[in-house]
Formats: sequence, C-alpha cells, structure tokens
Amino acid sequence: MPIHTKEEALLLEAAQAPAQKSDKKSVSMPVGVPGYTLHDEQRHVPATEPPVWPINQDLTYVGKSHERYDGLAKATGRARYTADVQLPGMLYAKFVNATVPHAKVVAVDTSAAERHPGVRGVHVVQHAMGNAVLRDPSLEQVKYPTVRYAGQPIAAVAATTPAAAEEAAALVKVQYEAIPFVIDLDKARASDAPPVFPGAADEEGTAGGGGGPNDVRQTGNIHGPAIKRVGDIEQALKEADVVVEGHYITQVQTHSALETHGVVADWKPEMLTVWASTQGTSSVREELAGYFKLPMSQVRVITEYMGGGFGAKFGAGNFGVAAAALSKKTGAPVRLMLDREEEHLSVGNRPSSDQTLRIGAKRDGTLTGIHLVSYGTAGCGTGAGCSGPAANLYKYAALHTEENDVFTNAGPGTAMRAPGHPPGAFALEQTIDDLAVKLNMDPLELRDRIDEHPVRRVERQVVRESDLWKSRNPIAGADHGLVKRGVGFAQSVWYRFVSMNSSAEVRVHKDGSIEVLSSVQDIGTGIKTVMAQIVAEQFGVPPEKIAVRVGDTNYPAGPDSGGSVTTLSLTPAVRDAAWQASQKFLADVAPALGATAGDLELVDGQVRSKSGKLQAVAFKRAAAKMATDQIAVQSKRVPDYDRSKYLTYGGVDVAEVEVDVEVGRIHVRRVLSVHDCGRPMNPMQVISQINGGVIQGVSYTLFENRLIDPNYGLMVNPNLEQYKITGSRETPQIEVKLVEAYIGQSSTDASGIGEAAGIVSVGAAIGNAVYNAIGVRVRQTPMTPAVVLAALNQPAPGRLTV
Amino acid sequence: MPDPTKQPPSQPENDSHKPGISRRGFLKGAGLTAAGTALLDGVQAFSRETAAAAPAGVTEFGPGPASVRLNVNGKEHDVEIEPRTTLAEALRIHLGMMGTKIVCDRGACSGCTVWLNKMPVNSCTTLAMDAIGHEVTTIEGLSAAGAEPHPLQTAFVKHDALQCGFCTPAMVMSCAALLEKNPHPSEQDVRAAISGNLCRCGTYPKVFAATLDAADNMRRV
Repeated sequence: MPIHTKEEALLLEAAQAPAQKSDKKSVSMPVGVPGYTLHDEQRHVPATEPPVWPINQDLTYVGKSHERYDGLAKATGRARYTADVQLPGMLYAKFVNATVPHAKVVAVDTSAAERHPGVRGVHVVQHAMGNAVLRDPSLEQVKYPTVRYAGQPIAAVAATTPAAAEEAAALVKVQYEAIPFVIDLDKARASDAPPVFPGAADEEGTAGGGGGPNDVRQTGNIHGPAIKRVGDIEQALKEADVVVEGHYITQVQTHSALETHGVVADWKPEMLTVWASTQGTSSVREELAGYFKLPMSQVRVITEYMGGGFGAKFGAGNFGVAAAALSKKTGAPVRLMLDREEEHLSVGNRPSSDQTLRIGAKRDGTLTGIHLVSYGTAGCGTGAGCSGPAANLYKYAALHTEENDVFTNAGPGTAMRAPGHPPGAFALEQTIDDLAVKLNMDPLELRDRIDEHPVRRVERQVVRESDLWKSRNPIAGADHGLVKRGVGFAQSVWYRFVSMNSSAEVRVHKDGSIEVLSSVQDIGTGIKTVMAQIVAEQFGVPPEKIAVRVGDTNYPAGPDSGGSVTTLSLTPAVRDAAWQASQKFLADVAPALGATAGDLELVDGQVRSKSGKLQAVAFKRAAAKMATDQIAVQSKRVPDYDRSKYLTYGGVDVAEVEVDVEVGRIHVRRVLSVHDCGRPMNPMQVISQINGGVIQGVSYTLFENRLIDPNYGLMVNPNLEQYKITGSRETPQIEVKLVEAYIGQSSTDASGIGEAAGIVSVGAAIGNAVYNAIGVRVRQTPMTPAVVLAALNQPAPGRLTV
Repeated sequence: MPDPTKQPPSQPENDSHKPGISRRGFLKGAGLTAAGTALLDGVQAFSRETAAAAPAGVTEFGPGPASVRLNVNGKEHDVEIEPRTTLAEALRIHLGMMGTKIVCDRGACSGCTVWLNKMPVNSCTTLAMDAIGHEVTTIEGLSAAGAEPHPLQTAFVKHDALQCGFCTPAMVMSCAALLEKNPHPSEQDVRAAISGNLCRCGTYPKVFAATLDAADNMRRV
C-alpha cells in the first residue's frame, strides 16, 4: 500500500470524498504526547461521529492491557488454522516444482501420475502468479509459463493421502529446454548477462506494498531507475561542509512464517468456499473470483486463525488457484499447504540491496543533500526500492534517489514488513551516525537538529534519560580486551495509510449478548481483542462479554492487513457501529424503563439514569425489554478528520552489543525500543508486536540469508536449520517504552505499529553499536563472524561472498 | 479422513524420480530411532503378504498400513498407519488432534513438540510406530479433559506469550516439560528449554516471563 507517486496519493485523497460541510460539527480533541506536548485542537468532523474520547488514562477498557481474545484457544491448541482444516472426503494436493532455474517448458506428462491409484486429479499451472509479467506478451509464445526460478510450480496433483500426493507428484514428467540463467546481483547487472525476461517486465503490487514501479525503463535485467528528485543534488553536495559516503549491502530475507502459505478449497456449484492462510480474505476472494470468472457473491473466504504472514500472504497465489481448480475437477475439497522448502522458494521474500549513499551537511549538522543509488534483486519480481527512509526521515535541501530492480532467476519478492525500509534505514542511519562522528556531534543532538518529527523528538528525550544511553562511551572502540561493548542508536519511519474498505457490524441480542463482525483477519496482531475492547467501552460491559467474529467474507468488508493499516482503519468503523447500536438500544428500551433515551447511559454493566430519576438496571435486564430480537448497526470508515496533514510514525531503537573481535561474533545484549503508535489500544499487544519487530530485526541483521548456488540456481538452505532465524538464546533483553501520541484523526485516534516496530531501525542501531564497540563500520548484512572479521581486517571491504 | 485401506502400493513406478535420500527413506533406513527397539510389541501386521514373507518370530511391516495401538493422552487409540507415518501425521491426520503443528517437518523448529513418556520430542521426526508402548502427551492432553487449563497456559495468556499462536502449543509443551523436572527454573533454563522452538512473531521474552510466573504459581499450590 505504500504510495509511490503523487498521483497515487491524489487518487487515495479522491477516494476519501469529503462529507458535506453542513453535516459537520466542531470538536476539541487531545493532540500530542501526554507529559510532553499534549494540547487540544479543533477538528471539523461529521455530525454523526461519536463523542471525542479522552486520552487512555480516562477510558475504562480501551488503552488498557487486556488479555488476548483468543489467547486460551491458542495456548490450548484448540485454535484451528487453515493447515488444520479437515473436511469429509478432503484430498491432499502437492505441487510439482521446477527443478531448474530458467527454462522453457516443452511438455508436461501427467499420465503416470494420473494412473497412481491414490490420485483423483491433476492440474497444470497456466499462469505463474507472482512473477513479473512482460509488457509485451507477444515476446514469448509458450504453451506453459516459462520457468524463471527453481521451485516455480508447474503442476499439482490431488490424492487421497499426503503420501500418495507426494508419490504422484514425483511421477509427473516435465520436459525442459534450458535457458541460460543468472543468480548473482552483480553478474545480472552486466550488459552481457543472460536476460531473465526477453523484454521489459513489471510485477503487480500487493496490498502489502510488494512490487515496484511500472513506468520505468528497462535495460537488460535492470528495471529502473525510478528517480525521485528534490532540488539540485550536485549543487547541494558542493555547498556542504562535509560529505559522508557509504556502500551498503543487504541480503535477501524470506518471511518464514511458521504456517506456510496454503488453502483448503471446496468447490460446490453454488459456492466456492476457501479456507486460506491469508492477510487479506477480501484479496483472496477478489483474485479467485477474477481468475475463475465467478461472481464475488459465490466465493467465500475464511481465515479464523492465521499462522503469520509478515507481508507475503495476499491474494489467491498459485496454490489457491491450483487447489480451487483441483476441487472443481474432482468434486472434493482439496487441501494444498506448501512445504517449508516451497515456502522459502516461491511465495515471496525481502529483496536484497546494494546502496551507495552520500550525505552532505553543514558544520551545524543541517543536511544539504541526500544522494542514494540502489540496486537490489526481487528475483523475477520487482520491489527492491529502499529510498523511503532517505526521503522521509530528515529535512534536506536536495534529494536525489535512483532505485533499480535487477532481475535474477530467483523467486519473486513481495511485501515484507516495512518494505524497503530495513535496508534503507540500515544505510541511512549508519551514514547519519558517520556524519555525527565527522562533525564531532552527539548522535541524538545531530538528529534533534535535522529531524522535525515531534514524536521522535520526545522519543530521543526518553532515550537520553535512559540508563542504557547514559552508559554509552562516546569514544568508539574504547574497550580493552577481546570482547568489546558498544551502544548505538537509530530511527525509523512509517506512514499513515487508511484503508477505506473498513466496515463492521455490531449486534445486540435480546438476552444482552453482543457481537461484533468484520471480514478482517487477525494475523496475530490482536485486532479481535481490540474490537472487543471498543465495543465494551461503548456498552460499559467487560470485553470478555463481547463475541468477536472475523476472518470471513460473509461479514461486512474489512481491510486487508498490510502496511500497518488494520487497527487505524477498522477501529473507527467498529466504534461508530458500537456507538450507534448503543444509542439505538437506549432509545429502544427507554420507554419500557420509563425514561427518555437522553437521560440514559451505559456504565459498569448497567443502564443508568444521568439525572438519577431512575434506579440503575442491569444491562441484561434492560435488553430483555428490546422490541425486537436484535439491534444491528453496520458502519464504515469515515475519512481521517484532518487530511491537510501528511502523517508519519516514528520510533527509535537503542542496541547494546558485545563484539568478540577474535572470532567476529556479535551478541546483542539489550535493546531499548521507544515507539509511537498513536493511541495504544491494548499496550500489552503493542509491546508484543514491538518485541517481534526487534527480534526480527536482530534476525535480519545477524543471521538470515537466502543462499542460492550461482552455478546451479538452487537454494542451498531452504529449511529452518540452515536458514537461521533468531531463537530464544539470541533474543536480547528488550525494553519497550510506548509513547502515546494523539493526532486527532478519527473517533478512536488509533494508529498502526506493525511496520514501524523495531524491524526498520534495529539493524542500523546494531550497526552503530558495533561501530561504537570496535571503531569499524560493518556495512553488510547479515553481520556474520566472517563479515565482521573482514571488516576488522580491512576497514572498507567490498562485498564478501559467503 | 482418507481411507487407509485404499492405500496404494507406496513404491513409485520409477525410483529415479526421487534422487538422493528422502527424510522418510532415511527414517526407514535408519530403523528405529531414539525410542528404541522394544517398541513393536502389540503391533499386528496388516498386510498379509508382508506377514507371510516374514521369517518366523519376526514381525515385519509395510509398505502397506498396519494396525497399531497408540497411547495418547492416557487413552488407547487403534490406528491403521503405514510404517513411514510420523507421529505428527498420526496425531493430526489419523487422530484429528490438530494442536500439534507441522512447521519444518524435519526436526529443526520444534513446532511439533509432544511428550514421549514426559520427554519432549519432535513428533515430525518420530515414527508413529516408535511411540507404541509409550505414553504420548499432546497439547490436548496437557490438562485433563474439561478441567482448568494448565497453569502454564493461563500464564501464557496473562503475559501475552503468543501472537499468531502457531508455535504456541509446542512452546507450551517444551516449557511444561521443563517445569515437570525443574520447578525452580531461571530465565536461562527457560531459554535453554525452548532453544529449539522457533517463533517467527518474536514472542520469546514473554514466554520467559510466563514460564517463570507459572513456576512461581505452581510452587505455591
């Protein structure tokens, strides 16, 4: 969802059509950070909006740490994920994947597989979803999709048991006509490199922000540059008193969600029902309806529990199409969950980067210009751009960024938690640290001068007052001995994207029970709990009394969960529905209670009279007086109140590391994470998400690396033992400090946290801490012992090939 | 549920389609793994041909399904499984116990942790037949049916020691096994106990806190 161009921003603006002026009211809202900058601001809001909420300390359920709605279901193993769905007569499907990195498929012989006694159906893939698509399709006349990476699905078989499916998949004979391939980023950039596509190709974006720009030139495998220009960069760098420059390299990371991508598809004449492990039930429905030319009313997608996505799980995917096609063909429900190897190869990754960054500044720190040239590979997809932090963190006189996607014969990249930002911040925030060194300035002081974000200013103050920051020795490499300690600081940025496709329904039943419904999916971030808290706040009953129904396209349309949009987009709709339902409820029962609706309020599980004329009645007893069995209100998202503001979120992270200079090992001991997520709706859940961002950031910076053998084009570590992610032993002590930051934008004033949390800035914080420890900058991830030792031996290393 | 009696012969027509050693092949080739060799008591050969071909006094199984008895969560379950069936598959597909997840399917992430005689094991790299004669405990059996949740489960919820929840049942099984043998764990002990349990959402700090809190509560009871 990240906005790449002004045109896209305008389109989004147009979609949020303003309400009529006459329907507005003027309200006073809390804005700023309590204890630092809190004040009131006026907003003109739709007259139907619920009353303004005070800051969290004055609310009952919202803003409090409430136990996760489905916590016990998960802790007891009762939670049913897509992988756990079992239907009568269900078949198990298995993909046949390309064993070569680049080839024309000449023939697919499925006859032996079809003869396997367990097999009920075979499907040959017609369209390779996820791969970039040729602008001029006539450049490639093929019967089957061209293989552009090893692991690309070619066919799928459905059989009565998983073992039978596996056996039958091995019987499918694929005849390839090999095409020269290229894996290595530097080699793919060469003018004589084997082309991954026979012409210019583009990848479609996803709701989570995958895919790159489509209107750029392509030269060989180089898709780009996409250029952003503000002011005159050459002039700006000339006017600088100091220029710092760095060459930064980051690796390809895979999402590695524990539940793999997959679906169970049940094709019936009247309805295609699909259980999907997805971040967007609506995106799956839309793609399946489009692919099979079904009315959307006849496609239902269900995601009750979801085992992690991190940006990679949008749309139907090759597996969704194959499972639905096999279900149609066989008349039986079909389960197709990818295995771990397929998960690494074929359903997305965070692209690599190779960045050259120059920053010019005046003696007082003022930035004159930022110049970034980046290359990165999203395999046979696009989306390796990483200029977000350079363009959006600091004020500068001039900016020039050139982002290039380089096609290679590897699986297509897709959105991954804060697309482009961890690599971008890794380079930018280390270069800013370099600048502070060169100007002999404290890194926080430098940022105070060049960063205008009001909340990050508060966050730096929190850092300044922390014991961790106070313990930092400003002199780099000052420790004696083989294990040197260092502390480093870095900042993050993310953006406020609102999904207007956000609606919810609240139902009050005659027995006093209350439900809230939306097709939104809870991907582990806790939206179910937050929905319950909001309805509880409005009805004055505890959140555990609210039934939450999500993850089903039968419910009112909710947002896809990408780009940190879910909570900030959906919660105003939930609150509006709950507020209106509560008002209807009071109007409905007032006569029977002998009161006027205006005199009634819902507090502490009771209906109370504000004037005291009436004795309080238990909510349940009052509900029994409803005229109908149910009161239901459906509401949709109202546009943000003040759209003249361009809003970004920021966080800051401080890392403490120990670097063993003899063996090159980095250990991250502690991380202090100070973050802005607007009004924290449930602080305990927000902290969980930030912990996760920090741990993923450590993982990205120190361990993870998708390795492909350049001679064979095959991934050598498509598993979870050689593709190393952070485990319990490498997890630092993490301290999270939430900064409540009110912005006066909606009836809940919620913001997002998923992207800004840790993942963006932890890499650079570790890099800066390593510099502080050893006096040498490590400009390449993952910072393995070999990379650290190479940096120690040669302060300005080239790319170290592992 | 697929009908195991309709199982096809498991040999592919041509082995050359699967070069190298598959995990299943390795398990079969390595014979009985960690759980030992005395486990086949109580197994009845399902395939007549196989049984007929076996030397006297030796029971051979496979490649077709055999009827075996598994003790899971204190109950005996008769299941018909092929010898290559892993314990994770038997639990999930044959017994419908979906709390045990399959994540890496090769013993690298501990997402499938169950107990074998109260010892945590990776059920994806344990053959179901190796569990014969042993007590298998899954997340479904951690607390008695219908009873209060295990104190550790309550602590996981209280401390929000879960996000997407996919690693959680296995995480709970590993931590509960630690508490069985060490009622006074330190944070380092918890880190060691779950050093094989991967969590992609990054919930480890709260797992540490929840386990230490549960240990505290259990000592007081």
